[in-house]
Amino acid sequence: MDERSTATEQLEARVREAQVAGGGEQEFMLDVRTQDMEVNFGPQHPATHGVMRVLMRTDGELCTGAQPHLGYLHRCAEKIGENVEWLQYLPYTDRYDYLAAMNNNLGYSMAVEAVLGIEIPRRAEMLRVICAELNRIGSHLIAFGTYGLDIGAFTPFFYAFREREWMQALFEKICGARLTYSYIRIGGVFNDAPPGWLEEVALFCDTFEQKWPEYYDLLIENQIFIKRTANVGIIPHDMALDFGLTGPMLRASGIDFDLRRDLPYSLYGEIWKDGAFRIPVGKGEKGHLGDCWDRTWVRMVEMMESIKIVRWCLAHIEEGPVLGDLPKTLRVPPGEAYVGIENPRGELGHYVVSGGDKVALRVRVRGPSFTNLAVLEDLLPGSLVGDAIAIIGSTDIVVGETDR
Amino acid sequence: MESGTNAFLEVLRMAFGDLAPGWVLVLGSTLLAVGGALTLIAVNALFATWLERKVSGHIQCRFGPMYVGGWHGWAQSLADGIKLITKEDLVPRGGDRTLFMFAPALLLAAIFGAMVAFPITPQIYFANVDLGVYFILGLSALTTIGVVMAGWASNSKWSLYGAMREAAQVVAYEVPLGISLLVPVMVAGTFNLLDASAEQSGWYGMHWFIFRNPFMIPALVLFFVASLAETKRAPFDLPEAESELVAGFMTEYSGIRWSFFFMEEYAAMLLMSAVAAVFFLGGFESPLTHFANALWGDKLFVTADGVTSLSLAGLPYHLAAGLTLILKALFGVFMMMWLRWTLPRIRIDQVMTMGYKYLTPLSLLCVLGAGIWEAIRS
Repeated sequence: MDERSTATEQLEARVREAQVAGGGEQEFMLDVRTQDMEVNFGPQHPATHGVMRVLMRTDGELCTGAQPHLGYLHRCAEKIGENVEWLQYLPYTDRYDYLAAMNNNLGYSMAVEAVLGIEIPRRAEMLRVICAELNRIGSHLIAFGTYGLDIGAFTPFFYAFREREWMQALFEKICGARLTYSYIRIGGVFNDAPPGWLEEVALFCDTFEQKWPEYYDLLIENQIFIKRTANVGIIPHDMALDFGLTGPMLRASGIDFDLRRDLPYSLYGEIWKDGAFRIPVGKGEKGHLGDCWDRTWVRMVEMMESIKIVRWCLAHIEEGPVLGDLPKTLRVPPGEAYVGIENPRGELGHYVVSGGDKVALRVRVRGPSFTNLAVLEDLLPGSLVGDAIAIIGSTDIVVGETDR
Repeated sequence: MESGTNAFLEVLRMAFGDLAPGWVLVLGSTLLAVGGALTLIAVNALFATWLERKVSGHIQCRFGPMYVGGWHGWAQSLADGIKLITKEDLVPRGGDRTLFMFAPALLLAAIFGAMVAFPITPQIYFANVDLGVYFILGLSALTTIGVVMAGWASNSKWSLYGAMREAAQVVAYEVPLGISLLVPVMVAGTFNLLDASAEQSGWYGMHWFIFRNPFMIPALVLFFVASLAETKRAPFDLPEAESELVAGFMTEYSGIRWSFFFMEEYAAMLLMSAVAAVFFLGGFESPLTHFANALWGDKLFVTADGVTSLSLAGLPYHLAAGLTLILKALFGVFMMMWLRWTLPRIRIDQVMTMGYKYLTPLSLLCVLGAGIWEAIRS
């Protein structure tokens, strides 16, 4: 009891501090003192994007404390990795960040390949990059659409889903699945692209490039949207580093770090050297550096960069095999490897340890959503309830991955 | 304008004048008017929900309802109505049962009362209220009490949030709403909707208030924005903010009681748009009504030597007048829907800032400017 009241006092002090330090309409907040109310945001709440629960203490419309509660979607993914064969674990990777299953496949496959020490056919690498980037677009489209929903604009969501539908149709053509692909395999990819698939990808790129400015103008440049997101949920440079944020959340705080360039994997080093894409970094254009608007902006611009990467691949792809020569029952030589890749949400790391058996000794996943989520507890106190929704939305978490 | 002509009473008198005593006729006409107003609310809710689905569907690259009833899903709202009536009427445990059940009724009663002042044509109306505008504004503001009641009685934190937001928002926006209406009222010199509309004939039915005074256009914009807040429509839909408060004050409601909130919302939208149409956009007046009037006259009921008789020659005029007003009002409703499916939601402190710091002073300025303009002109 005593411990708790000290924590409460500390929290209140922090809130007052935030009120004095922050910008915006402060006088509104301090007019009336009322009793605090504890509100459960979730697990069933439209704005938590899944089954996450944020226990929030509110003083009227002001949020004075927040505590995310996880674990509603825990499926023992990592433990399963120690009990099934190397290849059998692949479908489980689909299911943690279900919006970016291709990237998850890629991360796990690359970690196992690193232990195996095998080369991947070049066409397979190309197809991997194309699929991973298309999936990044799909994932960011969801982030953009659902963020619109959080802010109260319903229509961008449908536009985002229209493009995403096409992306899913493309994946359906190449691997038969629409959400959990298991397409990228250890040693390459499952299947070669069907005839005409690459041309359709090019057509998708053309269409998307035309549509993208419309979405940007409709939501990102909307004055109300800017009012709602600029100067809200500011993550300063140091705070972003302290919390170990990765991905768009890190780059929105002005830190130019992207694994695709800084620890290049697959073909990304070559693509970067060719100057095919840029890394968008938040500039604090509409408000303060590292606010919700910057995070959304970074995601928006990244979609166009992904299109450029896909185009580079389409221009350089050659005929060839797509799957390396691997035995049916894979026995990985003893060893361990950590491979981090740039998931749409940040660094997705797989740490695998092999004892030379059919089954892994240890599969550990470092999920970006889980790490990025930690920032909420510090970010929410001192914001309004409406802002809290905007902040939770801007972290763009996928609960399947935080809980695994 | 012959005020006091009650179309319902006249029709009854013509049909049963010899058979029934006067008070029966008056009672009968009142019941007819009440039934008419209720029907108007219900039909409007059916049509507006269908329209909203269609508008949102087409904005969002969808079709909206397409199957029920055949043509573009016209019977979807009817089917939904049947569903809502047959649904279980839940009262949350721990909630205030009486208040919870009473709140939607109060809400609907308030908007129903306001609807009584809604004119259908210059001679067919439920009640000719001399202070028509303020009757409508006052009664539709009463719906807030229903919302606060619903939020409190639900025993849900989300509902409470929604209710408090609604109370704060309506208090803030009631002021600019009323003040911006003062501008056309000043030009018209009346609060009566029928008189104000009649004021705007001339110029072949285009002598609308909005063209008469330069302060009219900002006043219309202010009125429209304030009426969005008043009717809880996006971008001011904070009381029911879906992604923040689940469904705000409606969270715990189900079935027919829930549908009352919807009926109220659409009726309020129609009313606000109708007030805007009457006081800014010419009311019944348009070239159509002008020529109908010029060709066949505007009297549906002619009083000669104390005897009122029906004159069918006035029918085209009344059809044109009714159509004109309803189309103008529906255009306003469409604008509200269009905005709802385009814009994000404003934050509560921004709503307050906008209401108190911008809309209220601006509407006062409009009144001042329009007054000076009128004084110089006359």
